[in-house]
Amino acid sequence: MLTNLIGVLFDGAAYGGLLFIISVGLSVTMGLMNFINLAHGAFAMLGGYVTALGTTRLGLPFLLALPLAFVASAALGVVLERLLYRRLYKSSHLDQVLFSIGLTFMAIAVATYFFGSAQQPIRLPSVLTGQWRVLGIDLGVYRLFLLFVVIVVTAVLGFLMKHTRFGAQVRAAVDNPDVSAGVGIDVNGIFKWTFGLGCGLAGLGGALGIDVLGLDPVFPLKYLVYFLLVVTVGGAGTIKGPLIAALVLGIFDVAGKYYVPELGAFAIYALMVVLLAVFPAGLYGKRA
Amino acid sequence: MLEHTMINPRASESTRTTLLHDRWPRSEIAFWLVPIAAFFAFPGYLVLGSQILITALFAVSLDLILGYAGIVSLGHAAFFGVGAYTAGLLAVHGWGEPLTGLIASGLIAALLGFSVSLLVVRGQDLARLMVTLGLGLTLQEAANRAASVTGGVDGLGGIATWKLLGLFSFGIDGRVAYVYSFVVLCGVFVLLRRLVNSPFGLALRGLREGPRRMPAIGVSVRRVQVSVFTLAAGIAGVAGALLTQTTQFVGLDVLGFPRSAELLIMLVLGGAGRLYGALIGAAVFMVAQDFLSGLSHVYWQFWLGLLLVLVVLFAHGGIIGGIQRLTSRAQKRRAA
Amino acid sequence: MTRRNVVRDTLFATIALALLSVFGLCACNAKKAPPPEARAPAVQPVKIGVIAEFSGPFADYGKNIENGMRTYLKLHGDTYAGRKVELIVRDTTGPAPDVAKRLAQELLTRDKVDFLAGFGLTPNAMAVAPLSSEAKKPMIVMNAAASTITTKSPYVARVSMTLPQVTAPMAEWAAKNGIKKVYVLVADYAPGLDAQDVFKKAFTAAGGQIVDSVRVPLRNPEFAPFLQRIKDAKPEAVFIFLPAGEQGIAFMKAFNERGLAKAGVKLIATGDLTDDHVLSAMGDPTLGLITTHHYSAAHDSPENKEFIKAYQEVSGGKRPNFMAVGGYDGMAAIAEVIKKLDGKLDGDKAMATLKGLKLASPRGPITIDPETRDIVQTVYVRRVQKVGDELYNSEFEQFPNVKDPGK
Repeated sequence: MLTNLIGVLFDGAAYGGLLFIISVGLSVTMGLMNFINLAHGAFAMLGGYVTALGTTRLGLPFLLALPLAFVASAALGVVLERLLYRRLYKSSHLDQVLFSIGLTFMAIAVATYFFGSAQQPIRLPSVLTGQWRVLGIDLGVYRLFLLFVVIVVTAVLGFLMKHTRFGAQVRAAVDNPDVSAGVGIDVNGIFKWTFGLGCGLAGLGGALGIDVLGLDPVFPLKYLVYFLLVVTVGGAGTIKGPLIAALVLGIFDVAGKYYVPELGAFAIYALMVVLLAVFPAGLYGKRA
Repeated sequence: MLEHTMINPRASESTRTTLLHDRWPRSEIAFWLVPIAAFFAFPGYLVLGSQILITALFAVSLDLILGYAGIVSLGHAAFFGVGAYTAGLLAVHGWGEPLTGLIASGLIAALLGFSVSLLVVRGQDLARLMVTLGLGLTLQEAANRAASVTGGVDGLGGIATWKLLGLFSFGIDGRVAYVYSFVVLCGVFVLLRRLVNSPFGLALRGLREGPRRMPAIGVSVRRVQVSVFTLAAGIAGVAGALLTQTTQFVGLDVLGFPRSAELLIMLVLGGAGRLYGALIGAAVFMVAQDFLSGLSHVYWQFWLGLLLVLVVLFAHGGIIGGIQRLTSRAQKRRAA
Repeated sequence: MTRRNVVRDTLFATIALALLSVFGLCACNAKKAPPPEARAPAVQPVKIGVIAEFSGPFADYGKNIENGMRTYLKLHGDTYAGRKVELIVRDTTGPAPDVAKRLAQELLTRDKVDFLAGFGLTPNAMAVAPLSSEAKKPMIVMNAAASTITTKSPYVARVSMTLPQVTAPMAEWAAKNGIKKVYVLVADYAPGLDAQDVFKKAFTAAGGQIVDSVRVPLRNPEFAPFLQRIKDAKPEAVFIFLPAGEQGIAFMKAFNERGLAKAGVKLIATGDLTDDHVLSAMGDPTLGLITTHHYSAAHDSPENKEFIKAYQEVSGGKRPNFMAVGGYDGMAAIAEVIKKLDGKLDGDKAMATLKGLKLASPRGPITIDPETRDIVQTVYVRRVQKVGDELYNSEFEQFPNVKDPGK
């Protein structure tokens, strides 16, 4: 029984960790620029396609294609931020929602046009497949890899936020953009690079997630609920919030399906409603 | 003149021109003659016509929430679907009378809207988005689960709508359905127009533009939001019931996210916050969709997304906004 | 704005509208029926309204059906009893019963079609069925698989398959071949539940034991917890029913990754999972998968070889699947009706012709049951194998003349 529980926790944590990597960018975007970007999933999708095509068409090794996904999505994010997103920072949330839905539709159409509507296959390196027996429990190798990446990413982000100048500037801008600008921080630049970083992480998450979540052109809309869930429950503008929220949601979802499969998809929505009723601004919400 | 009183020189266009405005200008009356004329002019397209009218009603209900009260909702189809299934289940279990079915569906949808509104008013935009989105998805899943009752993915068939007023049966040509939908849409619209031009309507607009200032003039923000959300939910339910009664079938798609998203697009296209924008947006969208249905779906989706982006960036206020800008420019030129 | 005004205005408006509408309805009723279309010496074509999905996630359904129909017309010509066949194709865009119904109404009243055909999805077929009764026009279902569709109207005939029809043989085969303990995993929607019920009934009737059964959410990204449950239960085989494509692929990947295949647990399913159209994309994880279905592109018969060759010309090199065969045989049935009635089409006579109709389909011999108007055909047991370079469902056993057990 205990081994099963640990197995379930492990699976849930890996799944949640994946959601975290994709969603953390959304959280920072929302907290920093107060911008509801429903097209976030499209950046994840881009990273996924870059990696999928990199491994199958260009023959790149999987581990090399991953950073490529990050770079591609980050680059696109920076470009779009400069050209389009910047114009809508002062707009209403409704406008932002509509704009990002429009972008999402375009992304889905482009993906369908170029890649077809079927699932993208991915060939993982054989070293990442199968299961390892760790302390008597069978753990999936790929999931161990996922957790490893999550830990590394969290550590890097934490270091970035706490111990670098850039991080300090970001934190200042999240707390109060006007005063930060008054103190001489290049808030526009901060927005641009943070947005790029968030999109890059989404792309990385999308690439990592092909094996777990699948990849097809409808990806951005299919998983939108999950990303929004993580950010809403965790609280926009922080890193800790989405991390905890993603882990909780991942574990709860997996545990729910294992122990009470009749609940199915309801478990996660019910949890969301409960958490929102108790923490209206999210677990670690900054923006009230 | 009351119509052109400017309370606040920097108020948005909507308050400037249509403040407490009671008469029906010729343009509005002409607008309502169009569907009547269409009934006689396009006898082969009446089925599409009634679906446009029903969607227009649905869009108007979203306009109340979005355009007037400023609540961003991605799950409005939940109320539409609840109304649709209520009417369907009533009919399947023996009560197929259309008018009472309509009222019952509206009431049940309004009840759901009331309960949800209590959660919606608590949070910020993001939380509201999540709650409404989650509601739609949860209800769809619930309807799927309860397949023995709702028919699940296969849908609920065997709905036989009784004769309207005991006289007119819903035939394959879609004539009675069209007239029925049109009368309901008109009736609801007249009431809403009244509402929107009343002190309550002003409160709504105040809410959208400056929610923090409203309590200062004695308006309970929460109460207004709850009432408008409930009313909008009820109207959406009525629209859903209309669809069920005229097509005599309900499927899970009435609760789906694509329905909510498309509705949002229609509203934005036509122009939110002006009631007529909802009608125009619904009509234009559905006619375009039918007309372009031969076109590859990929192109349709791409251009729709692009249109949305462009409307938000450049053509704020949609079609109605554009018309208003043109007419005000023409007025200025005339005055000059 | 006094209350009296509101009531008065609304009352006035509603009465005005009501009067106008009653007038309109009566006026239209009194209008004389339009004169019959002037029959030119040239004979009218037979119009077939094809209602299916051509866009969105189910876009392939409609395309395969239409290609199947056109393949038949290519091989056997498009003129029967002196009348040319004309296909009017409309897109439902997905599970949208209101759209499907509207399209059917428009096809019947505006285009005056002689047949309704297509129907890739059950809800769309269910919504349209009552219309075929009202208009007294035959409706040929070419894919939708719920058992009850043919009961909705006496003018519906089906040439595809029903879910219970292809599921029950799977249970019987498993019981006969030494599989005693089965774990059932289905997607949580109506077809999945139907498959679960049919399999359970047939398997226990054949002496097997259902270890446990679970329903997974329709849009489920994570199979890990369910596979863990299966691993705990240690069955001999797992019967699954999942929508073809993404869910199927995800499940099988996870199944292999968890070592269940290595532990000797067999995987059995209905052929929807290994649909010819997506089989190559699903790849090697499907090797060895045993399924039951009514059509495989690897079926060895002259009719099938001819069908595949022509289909590839019509579709641009694609492999036909069971939906394409549904389109092909549906078109064949319509052609037979036109020939037997010598071009003088009448709904009731057409249905009488369809009842008991026998065809030599690319899948094998098929009959339309005279009582239920549903399809009676051979269900094959197949295994996924590599034939040459590609994956195919190789048939190795069959159950002839299977009727729909659901009725």
